[in-house]
Amino acid sequence: MRIALFATCIVDAMYPETAKSTVKILERLGHEVIFPAGQACCGQMHMNSGYMPEALPVVENHVQAFERADYDVAVAPSGSCVSSLKHQHGMLAERLGKPDLKSRAAEVAGRTYELSQLLTDVLGITNAAEQLGSYFPHSVTYHPSCHGMRLLKLGDRQLDLLKSVGGITVQELPEADQCCGFGGTFSIKNSDVSSAMLQDKARNIASTGASLCVGGDVSCLMHIGGGLSRNGQKPGTMHLANILASTKEEMVAL
Amino acid sequence: MSQVFLGMPAAGEGNLFADESFPKAAHHELQNTQLRANLRHATHSIRDKRLRVVGELPDWESLRNAGEAIKNQAMARLDERLEEFEKNFTARGGIIHWARDAAEANQIVTDLIKQTGSTEVVKVKSMATQEIGLNEHLETQGIAAFETDLAELIVQLDHDKPSHILVPAIHKNRTEVRDIFLREMPDVDPNLTNEPAKLAEASRKHLRKKFLSTKVAISGANFALADTGTLGVVESEGNGRMCLTLPETLITVMGIEKVLPSWQDIEVFMQLLPRSSTGERMNPYTSLWTGVTENDGPQNVHLVLMDNGRTRALSDRFGRSALNCIRCSACMNVCPVYERTGGHAYGSTYPGPIGAILSPLLTGIEAEENNSLPYASSLCGACFDACPVKINIPEILVHLRGEDVDSQRGKKLLPTQMDLLMKGGSWALGKGRNLDLMEKGLPLGKLAAGRDKKIKRLPGIAAGWTASRDIPAPPSKSFRDWWKSEKEGK
Repeated sequence: MRIALFATCIVDAMYPETAKSTVKILERLGHEVIFPAGQACCGQMHMNSGYMPEALPVVENHVQAFERADYDVAVAPSGSCVSSLKHQHGMLAERLGKPDLKSRAAEVAGRTYELSQLLTDVLGITNAAEQLGSYFPHSVTYHPSCHGMRLLKLGDRQLDLLKSVGGITVQELPEADQCCGFGGTFSIKNSDVSSAMLQDKARNIASTGASLCVGGDVSCLMHIGGGLSRNGQKPGTMHLANILASTKEEMVAL
Repeated sequence: MSQVFLGMPAAGEGNLFADESFPKAAHHELQNTQLRANLRHATHSIRDKRLRVVGELPDWESLRNAGEAIKNQAMARLDERLEEFEKNFTARGGIIHWARDAAEANQIVTDLIKQTGSTEVVKVKSMATQEIGLNEHLETQGIAAFETDLAELIVQLDHDKPSHILVPAIHKNRTEVRDIFLREMPDVDPNLTNEPAKLAEASRKHLRKKFLSTKVAISGANFALADTGTLGVVESEGNGRMCLTLPETLITVMGIEKVLPSWQDIEVFMQLLPRSSTGERMNPYTSLWTGVTENDGPQNVHLVLMDNGRTRALSDRFGRSALNCIRCSACMNVCPVYERTGGHAYGSTYPGPIGAILSPLLTGIEAEENNSLPYASSLCGACFDACPVKINIPEILVHLRGEDVDSQRGKKLLPTQMDLLMKGGSWALGKGRNLDLMEKGLPLGKLAAGRDKKIKRLPGIAAGWTASRDIPAPPSKSFRDWWKSEKEGK
């Protein structure tokens, strides 16, 4: 299959290892990965902050970059950015009176998958150790990010993949379904409430005794990791893709 | 504005406003550790109860779809439904009064009470009368209003205001309630303990006299059924039933959005509402009344149908489904923001996620501090999942943020930091090559990081972030750059 990678702006700029890992996993399965060069961002930061006209060029750019490229399906290592494609691009187009953009955006969103969705639903991966060679001999816990959980209805896809990694121990996270408090510019505009939510998340993560908190969205993980680091709490954070890419031969360090 | 009007419908008045911006109010409330402990305990136990009883119904999602469809249908032809209701209610001996806003509604109720010669009224728990500040208005007119719902009574005795639409005293624990009773109830047992049963008994004794002697009752309504002209109140304690049956005069104040097309529709809502609000399969008391029944119950039955900004909300095509709210409070019980700040931080009678959209929709986004309310959410979506009529609260929050930003355009002398960030971001994220250019500067970010490769302090609006969170130093190369050299050999 020819798979187009939507790296997402934050992975591209801050967490390139997560995009590289996504490429590795897919190539390991024998697929061809392309990277549509014009891509940048889904526009969620602008829309969620209320800057709709400013979001328009960002959304138009995404749609253009992904309708021009030649591929079977697209994938992003983010539940939040894929949710934005599926739930917000149409809303923005409608609001700004762009019916043409609305249908083009729906076409692009229709064949874009979040990573665990693609692996599970399209590529039939049920056992990461066996099918991907994934190996990660550490104790981890898992935070299901809100947009993947509630907007994409990912269910246990990410967690099941994580549990099937060789050598891994997955500790259950108390109150896992509670938001970490990131919410994009919410963490800036309402930083006190956001911090209060973050502290509860950090406490719950630390209580598991795991070495790492794993998730499917680097934005939430940056937020959680930033809190844990500031508190001097031990666990770090890592994206699921990095762990799936880890093998016995090429082991990802904690 | 996306639509053309002959005139903007009037804005809502009364207790619909944030007194200060949400972040400021939240900052104060977050310092109150007792409040946070009370709220955490209360919201978590209601959440669990709700999940248990919702899980019992295999057709819960179909019920939600039905609830949404019935509400949408009712709203689409609200004008016709209201007239149909008026006709049927009047035919059965009820009297309808139309109120444009809070002031008119208060005036109508005051006049009706004065006509009876009473100076005291008993009240059924009602959001509409909280919204218009009826008790405070009546007090200025020499009329004493007694709340008979236990939690409303607690709040009233404490001279406080409700912080939740279903559990108005959710911010108080039982020891605090005991202290309020000891302080404010005239003939209370001085040895009163904080046991719930003892507290309930004390309030029962306190209220019983009022029920038997007061000639006028005031209520809200959970729904009005157009095809029969019936009003309904759903409650737990039975105080409502007493108010609705014992007095001679019954005055109901209801928002115009509460009308449902037909009697049959309550089948759906009586399954959705109790499970979503108190986490019960069925609430203990459901009272339905259709006009006047001779020699049985109140003989003077009035209904004040109030707009107070509802027509305005209805005219917003992206926001109007907020009017479908059945005031169950499931959204606030599951909201992580509400759980930490409590209801008072929202200022308005309507707190939590629904309040963050409903208040600015009723008043207009530019009213006082209400433009800060749509930002009081991390957009986690828990409210949308819990809503029994599927109001897409996160989407409406985002829509109202857009309304807020648009309403500020051209009014500011200087752009805010957020404006600049968004303008810059629009350029940087609007083209792959622009983002590439920005990413070439990433190694500069390393300069801001300490030896531990963490950024600990940022200036301006980002300072709130770094007050409690580190940021990792950026990588030396973006993925895009890596891809070019690794995969394309550039």
